[in-house]
Amino acid sequence: MNMVVCIKQVPDTAEVRINPETNTLIRDGVPSIINPYDVHAIEAALQIREKAGGKVTALTMGPPQAEVALREALSMGVDDAALLTDRAFAGSDTWATAYTLSKAIQLLGADIILCGKQAIDGDTAQVGPEIAEFLDIPHISYIRKIDEAGGGRIVVQRLMDDGFDVIESSLPVLLTVVRELNVPRLPSLKGKMAAKKAMIRKLTAADIGAEESSLGLRGSPTQVKNIFAPESRKDRKMLEGTIEEKVEALVRELVGLKCL
Amino acid sequence: MDYFLTEEQLMIRDLARQIAEEKIVPVRAELDETGEFPWDVMKTIAQSDLFGLFIPEEYGGLGKGCLELCVAVEELSRACLGVSTSYAANALGTYPLLLFGTEDQKKRFLPDIAAGKRLVAFGLTEANAGSDAGGTQTTARLEGNEYVINGTKQWITNGGVAEIYTIIAITDRSKGPRGASAFVVEKGTPGFSFGKKENKMGIRASATTELIFDNCRVPRENLIGKDGAGFLVAMKTLDSSRTGVGAQGVGVAQGAFEEAVKFARKRVQFGHPVITFQAIQHMLADMATSIEAARALVYAVARFIDSGAKDVSKESAISKLYATDVAMKVTTDAVQVMGGSGYMKEYPVEKMMRDAKILQIYEGTNQIQRNVIGQALIKEFARSK
Ligand SMILES: Cc1cc2nc3c(=O)[nH]c(=O)nc-3n(C[C@H](O)[C@H](O)[C@H](O)COP(=O)(O)OP(=O)(O)OC[C@H]3O[C@@H](n4cnc5c(N)ncnc54)[C@H](O)[C@@H]3O)c2cc1C
Ligand SMILES: Cc1cc2nc3c(=O)[nH]c(=O)nc-3n(C[C@H](O)[C@H](O)[C@H](O)COP(=O)(O)OP(=O)(O)OC[C@H]3O[C@@H](n4cnc5c(N)ncnc54)[C@H](O)[C@@H]3O)c2cc1C
Repeated sequence: MNMVVCIKQVPDTAEVRINPETNTLIRDGVPSIINPYDVHAIEAALQIREKAGGKVTALTMGPPQAEVALREALSMGVDDAALLTDRAFAGSDTWATAYTLSKAIQLLGADIILCGKQAIDGDTAQVGPEIAEFLDIPHISYIRKIDEAGGGRIVVQRLMDDGFDVIESSLPVLLTVVRELNVPRLPSLKGKMAAKKAMIRKLTAADIGAEESSLGLRGSPTQVKNIFAPESRKDRKMLEGTIEEKVEALVRELVGLKCL
Repeated sequence: MDYFLTEEQLMIRDLARQIAEEKIVPVRAELDETGEFPWDVMKTIAQSDLFGLFIPEEYGGLGKGCLELCVAVEELSRACLGVSTSYAANALGTYPLLLFGTEDQKKRFLPDIAAGKRLVAFGLTEANAGSDAGGTQTTARLEGNEYVINGTKQWITNGGVAEIYTIIAITDRSKGPRGASAFVVEKGTPGFSFGKKENKMGIRASATTELIFDNCRVPRENLIGKDGAGFLVAMKTLDSSRTGVGAQGVGVAQGAFEEAVKFARKRVQFGHPVITFQAIQHMLADMATSIEAARALVYAVARFIDSGAKDVSKESAISKLYATDVAMKVTTDAVQVMGGSGYMKEYPVEKMMRDAKILQIYEGTNQIQRNVIGQALIKEFARSK
C-alpha cells in the first residue's frame, strides 16, 4: 500500500494578524507548524501502514523552509518526504497548487492520498478534491473514521451535519480528514534523530513534468486584485421579536430603503 | 540560563516538554484526585523512546547518560511529580541490571524496558528496614538451582504496575552486610503478590505497594551480581539514580515558580499587581536564584557521573539534598506568593507542595544524604592529612 500525505506549512495560529498598510499577513515572529488537520492525515496513514503495511510519503509544496514541516512528519514516522519547490510554483492559487501536487503524486505513485479537510490559513478546502479531479480518481471528504483499508478497497465514515455516511471505494482514492479521526502521536526521539539526518527529496517543475503554463501565477485562474481586512460596519440594525414581527419589520425597512 | 546542552539534549528536552504540556498538564489534577496510575501517559512516553534514554543501543536504547535522563525527568516533573516518579522509578529498578546484570540478563530484560513494554520497580525498603537497610528481613534460600524468597517489601514505587522487580534479600544472615543479594523477579512468578495500594499525601498518580514473597521460587540465573553483593548493588544503584531525584526537585520548583510569577502579575491588591510589591519580588528573586543554583548543581553532577567517575556517592548525595530542599522551599513559597488561591485546588501549586515533600524522603532521607556527605568528608580529610 503506497500512501502520500499532502501537508501544508502554515503560521501557528488561526488568527494571523493583517498589516493594515500593506494588507498582507504579518508572518514575522509567528512560528510555522504543519496544518493541524494534516497531522491527523499523517496519523491516519501511519495507522493504515501498521495494519496493512506499505509506505508513507509526506509531500508539500512550498518555499525551501517548508522542509521543517517534512522533518516533523519524518519524526512522527513517515518513511519518506518530498518537497516541491521551484520559483515557477510561486503565486499558485488552489487550482495550480492542486495541479502541481497531482503531478508529483503521479510521479510518486499512490493507492491512498490523504489531505487535511482544509488549511487553517487559506481555508478553502479545495485542494484535496481538486487533486482527485486532476488525477481522475474518486475522493471522499471529511473522513472521521477508517473502518477498513486494504485488498484494493477502503471503507470509511464521512462526517455529515446530522450523522455520518459509510462509504466504500475502490483504490486509488483521495481522502480529506477531520480532527475526530484520531489522536496524532507525538514524535519519537529515534524519529527526531533520524529526521534530522534524513535526505529530503526536492522536486522541481522539470522533475514532475509539469506544463509551465499551468504553474504558479500563470496557471492560476484566480487573480488576487486586492487584499484587505473588511471594516466592521456599524450601520446595521438587529431586528427583535417573533418571526412574524421580524418579517414585518424587515419589509418595512426594505420599503423605507426603496428596495421594495 | 544557557547550559550549552547539545542539539540532541535539546531535542530530548523539547520532546519531554511537549509530552508534559500536551499529555500531562491536562490530566494531572484528575490523576491527583483519583490516584489512578497514568497508563496513557506511560504509553506516550514509551512511544517517544524516553524509556530507553539511558539504556545502551545494543539493547534497543539510545545509549545516553545521566544528564539526558535528568533533563527528561526535570521536564516531566515540571508538570507532575506523580508521573515523573513512575518514570524515574523505572530507571531506579533498571540500574541493578544495567550495572551488575549478566549479558544474558541484559538481553532478557533491557530491550523490553527500553521500549517501555514492561515497567520496572526497585524493592529495598521493608517495615524494619527504612534508612537502615541492615534491618532487611526478606530472605532468599538456595535450594538446588532455585532461590526461595520469603518476606515483604514495603512502599515500593511501581508496585503492581511493573512487570520486572529488582529486589534485595538476605542470602546468608551470618555474613552481616555481606550476606545480602540482589534478584530480579518477574510479575506472575508463583508466590509473588502485591499488597494494597497506599493512600498518599502526594505523588498520588504513582503506585506504591507492598511486594509479598511467600515461598517464591526464582531460577538461580535471576541472581544479580555476586551472591553477597546485594548492598553493593543497592548502593551503586542509588548513587546512579539520586541525581535524578535532584532533577525532579528542579522540575517541580520550576513549575511552581512559573505559576507563582504568572499569578503575581495578574493579582491586584492595593491598586497594584502584587508582583510590584518588593516583598513579593524578593521572594520570587530568591526562588529564581535557588532554582538556578540547583539546576547548575544537578547538571554538573550528572556530567561528573557521565564522565565515568568511580565514586560518586558524595556528589550524588549533594545534588539530591540541595535540589530537593530547594523544591520544598520553592513550592511552599509559591503557595505563599499566591495567598489563599495557592492553597486551593483550582491552582496546581498546592499539589506541587504536597508532591515535593516526598523528594526529601525517598531514595534516602535528606538526613541520610547528610550522613553520606559527612562520612565522605571524614574519609577525604583523613586521606589528605
Ligand atoms: C483566490 C486565491 C488566490 C491566491 N493567490 C495566491 C498567490 O497569489 N500567491 C500565493 O502564494 N498564494 C495564493 N493563494 C494561496 C494558495 O493558493 C493556497 O494557500 C493553497 O492553494 C492552498 O489552499 P488552501 O490554503 O485553501 O488549502 P486547502 O484547500 O484548505 O487545503 C486542504 C488540504 O490540501 C493540502 N494542501 C494544501 N496546500 C498544500 C501544499 N502547498 N502542499 C501540500 N499540501 C497542500 C493539505 O492536505 C490541506 O489540508 C491564493 C489563494 C486563493 C484562495
Ligand atoms: C511514596 C514512597 C515511595 C517509595 N518508593 C520506594 C521504592 O520504590 N523502593 C524502595 O526500596 N523504597 C521506597 N520508599 C522507601 C523510602 O526510601 C524510605 O521511606 C526512606 O528510605 C526512609 O525510610 P523510613 O521511611 O523507614 O524512615 P526511617 O528510617 O524510619 O526514618 C525516620 C526519621 O529518622 C531519620 N533518621 C533515620 N536514621 C537516621 C540517622 N542515622 N541519622 C539521622 N536521621 C536518621 C530519618 O531521616 C527520618 O526523618 C518509598 C517511600 C515512599 C514514602
